[in-house]
Parts: sequence; structure tokens; C-alpha cells
Amino acid sequence: MAAIYSLYIINKSGGLIFCKDYGSAGKMDTNDSLRLASLWHSMHAISQQLSPVNGCAGIELLQADTFDLHCFQSLTGTKFFVVCEPGTLHMESLLKYIYELYTDYVLKNPFYEMEMPIRCELFDINLSQAVQKDRVALLGR
Amino acid sequence: MQFFGGSEISPSPPPPTVSGNNAHMLYVFNRNGVCLLYREWNRPLKTLNPQQDHKLMFGLLFSLKSLTAKMDPTSAEKGNLGVPQLPGQGCSFHSFRTNTYKLSFMESPSGIKIILVTHPRTGDLRESLKYIYNLYVEYVVKNPLYSPGALINDFEAVDFNSVSYLILPSISMSEALDNFSRIKWIQISNTAFGLVVPFNYDVLSSVMEEWLRSSSIHSQNLLHQL
Repeated sequence: MAAIYSLYIINKSGGLIFCKDYGSAGKMDTNDSLRLASLWHSMHAISQQLSPVNGCAGIELLQADTFDLHCFQSLTGTKFFVVCEPGTLHMESLLKYIYELYTDYVLKNPFYEMEMPIRCELFDINLSQAVQKDRVALLGR
Repeated sequence: MQFFGGSEISPSPPPPTVSGNNAHMLYVFNRNGVCLLYREWNRPLKTLNPQQDHKLMFGLLFSLKSLTAKMDPTSAEKGNLGVPQLPGQGCSFHSFRTNTYKLSFMESPSGIKIILVTHPRTGDLRESLKYIYNLYVEYVVKNPLYSPGALINDFEAVDFNSVSYLILPSISMSEALDNFSRIKWIQISNTAFGLVVPFNYDVLSSVMEEWLRSSSIHSQNLLHQL
């Protein structure tokens, strides 16, 4: 049973720059992922408009019937979100760790162009290790 | 799919999750996106006029629902993104949280959407939403003077009860029950004397006549028994 179903990274204008599936049922094609990512970007922005008090930074956690969606927005506007099983813990720290990996292995890569799809081998390797570690930690609990 | 028990209203509201004033706003939408009821208790920030605000809220819920239906990782057949779905069809959501508020959402099988905006640290409010839905069924739908689709902003009974339940979670059970019966009475008398809805004299007089007749018959029966 997968704890994490999928991971998405979207740039500050809502374009999907990274998407990885860890075993959700039914294949989603690239176009659908792109649409979902930009839809999430807009919903994130609208939720800030509807806040009853000042200083809203957008949706952090969406609890659906069959999954939880945790979202982390960096200061530069890049959004990271994971889709996981309902009630999965420690997703905030995982997202922060993924952000760290992004800064280390994507932003410091001299061949990476900003706001473009991520194709960095080191990022992929470290990311799969991080997710694996998270799964092992879950099994250990 | 959410499950609703009998139409009988539960005798007591579910226990409050956090003490103190935690409710910001309450919205009730029907399936066409008309905002039937809007209440706010603590909303310092208003960026839009009410109409735009309601539209934006309904749009947000609609789009989030299509997003969750498409993203659902447990079902293989998800249809296309953006295709309108019937209530209860596809994967829906029950709440989302930002750093400043939490929004809880419930949709009934008839498409009534109840939205409660509270403090971000509030717990699970699904029971409370069901309770509010029950209030809606008991005091709005069962009101003979209510025509479906009409705004219910004037229905004091609904408002008063949800206020006393949401804003004053510290009131004791007996007080709550006391309030409850009083509200029921206020609502009955309001209905009978036409204070609740825009006047429709024909309907009103017939309802009043019937009500008076039944109550006088009732009292005559009582006298007879005595």
C-alpha cells in the first residue's frame, strides 16, 4: 500500500515542471496532469481571496474522501504538492525536504533553466531515496 | 457518498471541537449555485462585494470538486476533467485548511452545499455540518410557506440556532435544549403570523385558518377529556 500516491511541482505561473507517480490507480496522461496542476494553482490563489482575515497564504491541506493533498509554497512561488493516503503524517517535513533537494540539485545545476521542466538525474535519485525512506519509516511505525 | 440517517433532528448538537468564537462564515448554496443563506460573525477582511464573493466561493468548490474527482488515486476510471458531476458521484472533499482559516464542506444528495469557515485549528466538523443540514430540513424545507430555491436569509430560526450553537459552544445542554424549544416556538408563531416570508395573503390566511382550527379542535378535545 502506497503512502504517497504522487508528487507534483509547479512553477510560479502554474506550469507543471515535475510530476511523479508512485502507484495510483489508473494512468493519467500528460495533458491531464498539466491541467490539474494549473487548476490547483488557480484554486490556491482563489482561496487566498476568500480568507476572512489578513495574511492568507493559500491551501496547505485538502482532505478529500480518498486522499489528502498537502501543498507547500516556497517564497519564490514554486509550489510542491503530494497526494497521499488520508491521515498520513509528516508530509510537511517531507515537502520541506523535497524543497531542499530542489534547491540543491535543480537550482544549483548550471544546465537547468528556471521555470522549465526538471530533468536532473541527481534530483531524481535523491528524491526516490527520500520517498523510499519515508515509506520505510512508515513501515517501521 | 455521505450517509444521512432519518430526517428526525438529533436531540442535541454534536459537542463543540474548540471553545470560544471560532466560526467566521456560513454559506448554504443550492444546486444551481444560488446562495440561499450567508452569515458572517467575524470577518475583518472583505475584498469583494457579497455577490462576487458568493460566486467566487461556489466556483472554488465546483472546481475543487472536479479536481478531486480527477485526482482520485484509488479509482481507475475517472472521466474527463471539468465534466459536471452529480452530487455523490466521483471523489469529493470534506475540508481544506490554509494558514488563516479552515473550510468545511458538505453536499447533500439533492445538491445543497453547506460551507462553514472556521479557525484553522478546528477539528473535524462533518457532524456539525450534518446537524446544520438537519436544521435546514426541519425548519426550512418543512416550512409550508417556503418555496424551494428562495433565499432563507430571513429565516430567523435557522440563523439563531446555528449562532447559539457555533458561537457559544459553552452553553450547557439544558440551555441548548431550552433554546431549541423556544426557537421552534418562535418559528411556529412567526410562520403563523407571516413574519418570516414575504406576504402571500391567500396562502397565509388559509394556513392560519387551518392552524387555528386545528389548535381549537385540539383544545376542545382537551376540554372534553377534562
